[in-house]
Amino acid sequence: MSDLVEITNLTKSYDGKRNALSNLNLTLTKGKIIGLLGPNGSGKTTLIKLMNGLLQPGAGSIKIGGMEVGAQTKAHVAYLPDQTYLEGGRRVSEILEYFRAFYEDFSVEKANSMLQNLGIDPSMRMNQMSKGTKEKVQLILVMSRGADLYILDEPIAGVDPAARDYILRTIINNYNPESTVMISTHLISDIENVLDEAIFIRAGQIVLHSSVDNIREEFGKSVNDYFKEVFAC
Amino acid sequence: MAWNLDSDRPIYLQLVEQIQMQIVSGQYPPGAKLPSVRELASVAAVNPNTLQKAFTELERSGLVNTQRTSGRNVTEDEALINEIRRKLARENTEEYYGKMQKLGFTKQETIDFLSRSLA
Repeated sequence: MSDLVEITNLTKSYDGKRNALSNLNLTLTKGKIIGLLGPNGSGKTTLIKLMNGLLQPGAGSIKIGGMEVGAQTKAHVAYLPDQTYLEGGRRVSEILEYFRAFYEDFSVEKANSMLQNLGIDPSMRMNQMSKGTKEKVQLILVMSRGADLYILDEPIAGVDPAARDYILRTIINNYNPESTVMISTHLISDIENVLDEAIFIRAGQIVLHSSVDNIREEFGKSVNDYFKEVFAC
Repeated sequence: MAWNLDSDRPIYLQLVEQIQMQIVSGQYPPGAKLPSVRELASVAAVNPNTLQKAFTELERSGLVNTQRTSGRNVTEDEALINEIRRKLARENTEEYYGKMQKLGFTKQETIDFLSRSLA
């Protein structure tokens, strides 16, 4: 089992006073589906942005595939942000072409087949779509890459249960033992059966990193219920 | 449809139980080919590694065989399948009797009640 992500003593502060992440250490291995779970403001999105090189660490390091995060690692990381970034007037087919031009590992065939499965017409424009459809298109774009690491920030937050089910199945169907998927969410019960491992993050630090079945075995409750216990207000 | 799984017990154990039940009940008859990990993970809506772990457990018990070329099959050993069927029946019976005891039934009353109820 080789390490895909190695984060050591990672610290990040936005204002120089309070740390969004402090001295965070985390190792992720290949071939896993991992949940990054934490309450609002715990540092999930900060960590994800750092892993994608969208923020610079204050201290510490993040290595992906043995390399410090930078232009080289971005080619191996597929990122689904928690907000939409696609221009409203564009057609899906145009966006597919951008992705093909931009990412060497992007498969237009794969994207088209997933679009077809969902009955999404590639000639549709982004601003003609419902919120749920837009989220599905964005997930398809990300999952159509042949990346080593997929980072999905709240992929199921804004969609109905049927779409949620489809998204989870898409993640399962794209599973491959050479890559890892990290999903940040607070909707744990929906996603729990799909995860290998759960990471609990609180106030910028990792408080638990264990397999879902270990948590269930050790505490006799679901990750969702254990989460509620750990983060009880 | 995603499989119904309890939220407070390890998932791989429940997958073992469900697949075992599907074999014992004849949904997958002796010698039948089983779906791939990916297919079944998608149907059950569970993690593929967890399902793999369940298959490994079923292989260890002899209920499932893996052929390098042709995937996974249910064992042809009907005696083994019957043995597991009886084991599950025993567990169900014990659970039922436990509940009847809580309701204040003795062993003989439970037997009488059962035979009257099913008559």
